[in-house]
Amino acid sequence: MNAATRNGGRTLWVATRALLLFTVVLGVGYTMLITAIGQLAFPAQANGTLLTAENGDVVGSSLIGQSFTDEDGTPLPEYFQSRPSAAGDGYDGTSSSGTNQGPENEDLITAIRERKAQIAEFNGVTEAEVPADAVTSSSSGLDPHISPAYAAIQIDRVAEAREIAAEQVRELVAAHTQDPDAGYLGEPRVNVLELNLALDELED
Amino acid sequence: MEWALLIASVGTVALALALSYRPVGDYIAWTFTTRKDWRIERRIYKVIGVDSNHEQSWQAYLRSVLYFSIVGVLLLFLLQRTQQWLPYSLGNDNVEPGVAFNTAISFVTNTNWQAYSGETLSYTVQFVGLTVQNFVSAATGIAVAIALVRGFAHRRSGTIGNFWVDLVRGTFRILLPLSILAAVVLIVGGVVQNFNGYVDVNTITGGTQTIPGGPVASQEAIKEIGTNGGGFYNANASHPFENPTGWTSLFQIFLILLIPFSLPRAFGKIVGDNRQGYAILAVMGTLYLASTFALAAFEFAGRGTAPELAGAAMEGKETRFGLVQSVLYASTTTLTSTGSVNSMHDSYTALGGMMPMVNMLFGEIAPGGVGAGLYGMLIIAVIAVFVAGLLVGRTPEYLGKKIGPREMKLASMYILVMPILVLGGVALSFAIPALRGSVVDESLANTGSHGLSEVIYAFASAANNNGSAFAGLTASTPWLTAALGVAMLLGRFLPIVLVLALAGSLAAQDKVPATAGTLPTHRPLFVGLTVGTAVLVTALVFFPVLTLGPLAEGLL
Repeated sequence: MNAATRNGGRTLWVATRALLLFTVVLGVGYTMLITAIGQLAFPAQANGTLLTAENGDVVGSSLIGQSFTDEDGTPLPEYFQSRPSAAGDGYDGTSSSGTNQGPENEDLITAIRERKAQIAEFNGVTEAEVPADAVTSSSSGLDPHISPAYAAIQIDRVAEAREIAAEQVRELVAAHTQDPDAGYLGEPRVNVLELNLALDELED
Repeated sequence: MEWALLIASVGTVALALALSYRPVGDYIAWTFTTRKDWRIERRIYKVIGVDSNHEQSWQAYLRSVLYFSIVGVLLLFLLQRTQQWLPYSLGNDNVEPGVAFNTAISFVTNTNWQAYSGETLSYTVQFVGLTVQNFVSAATGIAVAIALVRGFAHRRSGTIGNFWVDLVRGTFRILLPLSILAAVVLIVGGVVQNFNGYVDVNTITGGTQTIPGGPVASQEAIKEIGTNGGGFYNANASHPFENPTGWTSLFQIFLILLIPFSLPRAFGKIVGDNRQGYAILAVMGTLYLASTFALAAFEFAGRGTAPELAGAAMEGKETRFGLVQSVLYASTTTLTSTGSVNSMHDSYTALGGMMPMVNMLFGEIAPGGVGAGLYGMLIIAVIAVFVAGLLVGRTPEYLGKKIGPREMKLASMYILVMPILVLGGVALSFAIPALRGSVVDESLANTGSHGLSEVIYAFASAANNNGSAFAGLTASTPWLTAALGVAMLLGRFLPIVLVLALAGSLAAQDKVPATAGTLPTHRPLFVGLTVGTAVLVTALVFFPVLTLGPLAEGLL
C-alpha cells in the first residue's frame, strides 16, 4: 500500500465518521429539539393551525384551502368558493402543486376563458368584474385565501342561497378580511374556510 | 402602489442586512481564524479522528471535500432505497434508483433540485438524510470560500486551513445556532413541526381532506439559511405549511441573504482591509437591485395572453403573497443558489420568467449561495483586475497577489465550466433525435419557445446548483435524471477543484507592495468594472440561447 492510498483510506474513514456524527446531531438531535420546542411552546401552530367547528370536530386547517363543491365538483352556492386548484383533483393535501402552465399555454388560456364565463354567470356579475385570482390556480394548489374583490362578487349569491340579508354576509366578509402583515407585507385577503365556517355557525 | 410596497419590502430586508453585516461578518471571520477550539469541538475532533492544529495543502483540503461528499451521496442514496423499511415511511415505497441517485447528488451539491415530489419521501429520509445535507453542504460551500480568502491572506504558505475544522466550526458555530432561532420564529408564524403523518378530517361540505404534517420548520430554517432550497412539500415555500404568511416570506428572504451578504465582510476582515469587503458588497448589491427591479417591472406589467385575459399574472402565485412578495422571493432565490420558491416560475410572464434564468446564468454571484457566491464573485473580480491590467499593459495584481498565467488559467476555466454544462446539456437534449423525442414527448409541459425555456432553466438550475425549476418539466425521465445529475455534480465540484487550486497558488505567493500602477480594488471604478465584467461575460455567452427561448416568447 503506497502513501497516497493510505491517505485516501484514512480520509474516507474520517469522512464516514464525520457524516455519522452529523447525522446523529443534526438529523436526529436538532430535529427533535425543534419538535420539542414546537410541541411544548407553540402546539397550535406546530400541529397545523387546525380549525374546529362548534361541535368540536376538526374541519380543516386555517392555512390549507378547501373546495366547497358537491361530490361531482359542482360549486355549492351557499359557500364562498376558493380559487382553482392544481393539487390533485383540487385542494388535495397529499399533492401540493401549481399548473406550471406558461403565459401562452393554450390549455391555460382556454381554462381562464371558461372560468371567467362560469364565475360571472354563477355570481350574476359581468366578466369584467371577475378578478384575476378567481380564474388562476395558485402555486401550492392549497391557497386558503381569495382576494377581497373575489369575495365581494360572491356576497349576493351566498346571501340568496342562504336566504339571509346580504348586509349580514357583507359584515362577515369584512370581519374575515385580513390586512397585509404590518400593513405592507403581502396582500389583503379573505380566509375562505374560516368565512364559510362562520356562515354555518351564523345560522345555527 | 405595487412599487411602493416592493420598495418598502426591499428596504426592510436591506435595513436588516445592513444591521447584520458587521456583527455577522465579523463573527464569521472570527470563527474561521481563531486558534481556540470549543471543548465540544475537541471531543468531535477526537471522535472523527482529526488533529485540529494540522493545516492542509490545497490537495489534501480538496481530497477531504470530495471524500466527505462521496460518503454523503452514498448514505442519502441508501436511505432512499430503503425508506419503506425505515420508521415513518408514511406508506411510501423505496425511491427508484435513478431518482434516488439524482436526489442524493442534488442535496450533497447544495442544489436541492427535486426530481421527486416532497410528499413521496418518508420523514426519516427528510430529516436523517436531507436536513443533514442541508447543513453540511452549506458548511462545505462556506469552507471552500474561506479557503480561497486564506489564499489571498496567507504569504508563502503551503497550506490553506483544515477542511474538517472549517466544516465543524461552520456547522456548529454558525449554521446550527442560526437555524434553531429561525426554526422557532417560523413555528410562531405557523410553519408545522410534528410527526403526525397524514390526518384525514371531515370538511363542512361533507367531504374529507387530508392534512399533511412533518418536521417542517427545522428543515425550512436550514433550507433558507444554507441557501439549499429543497422543499419539504412539492410546492416548496408556496405551501402554506412552509410559508404561511407575508412576514414569514420576508423573513425567509432575509435568512437566504443573511450569510451570502455578510461574507464580504468576513472576506475584508480576513484579508485585513474592510474596504475590500465593501467593494464586493457593492457589486453584489448593485446586481441584486437591478435584477429584482427588472423582474418586478416585467411581472407587474403582466404581458402575455393568459395574464392579460385573467387581469394580472396571478397564475402560480398565492393570494397572501400577491405579485410583490412573489417577485421578491423569485429574485432572491435565483440570485442565491437557493431555489426554494413561493410561486411557480414556469407560469411567470415570458420576460418575467427570463429574469430568474438570467440570475442563475450570472453564476449566482449577487450575492450567490453560502460560500459559493463569494468564491464565484472573487473569480469575477480576478477577471476584472486582469482586464484592467491588460488595458494599461501591466501584470495585474489583486490584494497584493500577482494574477499570473496559472491564476488566469484557473479563473478562466472556472468561468467556462457552467456555460459548457448549460449549453451542452440543452444542445444534447434537442440535437440527438432519441433524446429530443424523450424530452419533447415525456418532459415538456409547454410547447414552442416556452418548452425550450423549461429545458434551459433546468440545466441553468442544475449547473449552478440552484434547484428551482420551470416545474412543468417532467425531469424524472432517464435522460434528464442522468444529465441533470451530472450537471449538478460537475457544476459543483469542478469549480471547487479550480477554486482550491487557485487558493493554493495564491497562498504560496508572497505579497507584492502596491505601486502607482496598481488598480485600487476598493473604489467605485473597480466596482463598476466588476459589475461590467459579470454582465458582459454572461451576456456574451447566453444571449443567443435566450433569444430562442424567453425573448422569442415575450417579444414576438
